[in-house]
Amino acid sequence: MNLEILGITVLWTFLFGYIMVGAIDFGAGFFNAYSRITGKERILTRVIQRYLSPVWEITNVFLVFFFVGIIGFFPKTAFYYGTTLLVPVSFGVILLAIRGSYYAFETYGARGHKGYSFMYGLAGLLIPASLSIVLTISEGGFIEMVDGNPVLDYWKLFTSPLTWSIVVLSLSATLYISAVFLTWYANKAGDADATSLLRRYALTWAVPTMIAAGGIIVELRKYQPEHYNNIQTFWPMFLISLLLFVGTVYLLFTKRQYGWAFAMLAGQFAFAFYGYGASHYPYLLYPYLTIYDSFTNPAMAISLIVVFVLGLCLLIPALILVMRLFLFDKDYVQGKDDYHA
Amino acid sequence: MGNEEAVFFSRVLTETTLSFHIIYATIGVGVPLMIMIAQWVGIKKNDEHYILLARRWARGFVITVAVGVVTGTAIGLQLSLLWPNFMELAGNVIALPLFMETFAFFFEAIFLGIYLYTWDRFENQKKHLLLLIPVALGAAFSAVFITIVNAFMNAPRGFDIVNGELVNISPLLAMFNPAMPTKVAHVVVTAFMTAAFLLAAIAAFRLLRGSDHVYHKKALLLTMKVGFIFSIGAAVIGDFSGKYLAEYQPEKLAAAEWHFETTDKAELILLGVLDENNEAKYAIKIPYGLSVLAANNPFAEVTGLDQFPEDEVPPLYIHYLFNFMVFIGMWMAFLSGVFLLGKWRNWTFTSTKWFRWLIVLGGPLSVLAIELGWWFAEVGRQPWILRDIMKVSEAATTSGQVDLMLILFCLLYLVLGVGSIVVLRRMFHRNPVEKELEDRHAMKGRDVR
Repeated sequence: MNLEILGITVLWTFLFGYIMVGAIDFGAGFFNAYSRITGKERILTRVIQRYLSPVWEITNVFLVFFFVGIIGFFPKTAFYYGTTLLVPVSFGVILLAIRGSYYAFETYGARGHKGYSFMYGLAGLLIPASLSIVLTISEGGFIEMVDGNPVLDYWKLFTSPLTWSIVVLSLSATLYISAVFLTWYANKAGDADATSLLRRYALTWAVPTMIAAGGIIVELRKYQPEHYNNIQTFWPMFLISLLLFVGTVYLLFTKRQYGWAFAMLAGQFAFAFYGYGASHYPYLLYPYLTIYDSFTNPAMAISLIVVFVLGLCLLIPALILVMRLFLFDKDYVQGKDDYHA
Repeated sequence: MGNEEAVFFSRVLTETTLSFHIIYATIGVGVPLMIMIAQWVGIKKNDEHYILLARRWARGFVITVAVGVVTGTAIGLQLSLLWPNFMELAGNVIALPLFMETFAFFFEAIFLGIYLYTWDRFENQKKHLLLLIPVALGAAFSAVFITIVNAFMNAPRGFDIVNGELVNISPLLAMFNPAMPTKVAHVVVTAFMTAAFLLAAIAAFRLLRGSDHVYHKKALLLTMKVGFIFSIGAAVIGDFSGKYLAEYQPEKLAAAEWHFETTDKAELILLGVLDENNEAKYAIKIPYGLSVLAANNPFAEVTGLDQFPEDEVPPLYIHYLFNFMVFIGMWMAFLSGVFLLGKWRNWTFTSTKWFRWLIVLGGPLSVLAIELGWWFAEVGRQPWILRDIMKVSEAATTSGQVDLMLILFCLLYLVLGVGSIVVLRRMFHRNPVEKELEDRHAMKGRDVR
């Protein structure tokens, strides 16, 4: 394996991490707001807050890690993506900022403001949509070079069915991932009402997620035959992904083993995500930018990888500590003690 | 929008974001140390007032951290969105400290979460104190690494340019550039100083407004002690920074001091205004002062602005920024020194109303000094984004929508600024320390934990 592939694999892994923890977070915000509007807030709010409170800051770091890492390993991405993404990414940042800070404001300052939680839920759904535009653009055909500078064709972008398929997928996947995780979490907390409500949400969002994912493959066949062909060479990964999906739904449906259901869901998205990433190889931005012509110099690449390995030696034990103290601590999950500053 | 406008709006947007971010970032770097000290003193003296102090600071800290994190994310992305050409070039050389900063941030985020949600959970309070060490370290190292990136922009090193290509790149040499030691030390020490004086201002304000509780007196003494120590540190490092500038960035020092002609026995100009012939009027002039500042030698020669082409001279208004920053620093060292001396010698005037008002004023003044210092440092390297290598005008985006983004981000900062102040005020107004102490005693009576 060469350094380029190692670099993009590391980054892809962090993006995957962000998608999973981000989806749980964004979806939780939406369910929280939705439960308030439909008058079911007493069932859900406690479970959701209990999970989110100690980890809301960590979620954000995965995103920062990804975008700092991609500039580090592939500095040319700053030129192409930086110039063209000003508007969509700025919107994403503003939404993230409102959402992140108002979570803290509401949770620690002014508990229980209805307007906040509504904004919070809405922003959570718009963020995946605004950030997933990057995936559409990377497929190529939306950026033109004018006087040596890349320019994004907004009209083409917003009229492309591919854009909207990816937006729909990001929305329904967010809600699906979040609902499955929270079902498991509520079940651990011994909260039967929350478990059954969340289980229903999970089953509701399973089908649209798969339809949207299938739709994207059809769109690619029409717009990006090359990418579509590459996807076909990775068919076993997508097949495994599909089988894991069936497994998750089966377990949810028969109300068994929610922990395994979530593990299979994580596997489903991992296989699909890495399969999609691998089929995009070697392009970062079709057809202008490959991972080879944008890669940083060897000295920087090696020092980044050294720092990365050292950093993981600190992070992994720390993350395990968080999980043991909060996610897997029975007394905490069941809400016996608060211990909040 | 033409390129010139894109450059202008990109500069304004970056400045707005950073000016807003550094308020929260400075608190974010300094306050964990203060919480750690308070909790340590509390455990050592077995005094619950200090423990409660740590707890209440931690609670308020969450709000400022939230705003710091989200505005930090904004500036992190804006670097690539607004300055793509710069990031493409600099990313090759300086990505290492940026990457390390995210690790420091990650580390801090994890342990802050644990710290906030494990109050009274451990039998041994010292365990809980241990959790604060990674938080304070992570916060300080974020500042260290990100300041290294900024130091690199002032003194780019660690690469050669051959035919427009970057070669012989050495990430470590780029990190340990000549600007790095003074910049990093100054940023970290002034953050500690500012956080201490901000917390002192809160304690003094509570003492002025109704409460005469011993809790606030303890808080005031502790924060003023820490603030005094770090303000002395800031002054010493500030002096080193002056010597660094004289050696490596003489145009910044010369513009800050209105030193137009290269001379020996250079005089230091305080305040004043420039007339049309570039003569300083109404200024206080200290003979030999600038030579002493630049080289510790009253007869040393100091490079003046005459040595630089006109289009490479920074704006001359940085003189005021520099002066006021230094004045505030000196004043705060003096004020806290007098306060401590007064406590020691039992002078009563340090407990009078007007003296306490001065301490209250010291909080915002310290924050202002941080802003002034950053504006001075950044405007002082105009017109360069990478000194001697890339000008700001070559680095900006070619996108046409920067003005619209500027408006949106300004609205965002308005919302965040007002929101954080309202929430913080409400948090402490509804739950004053007297009430919290009572609650804790009532709880202990029923259920010891």
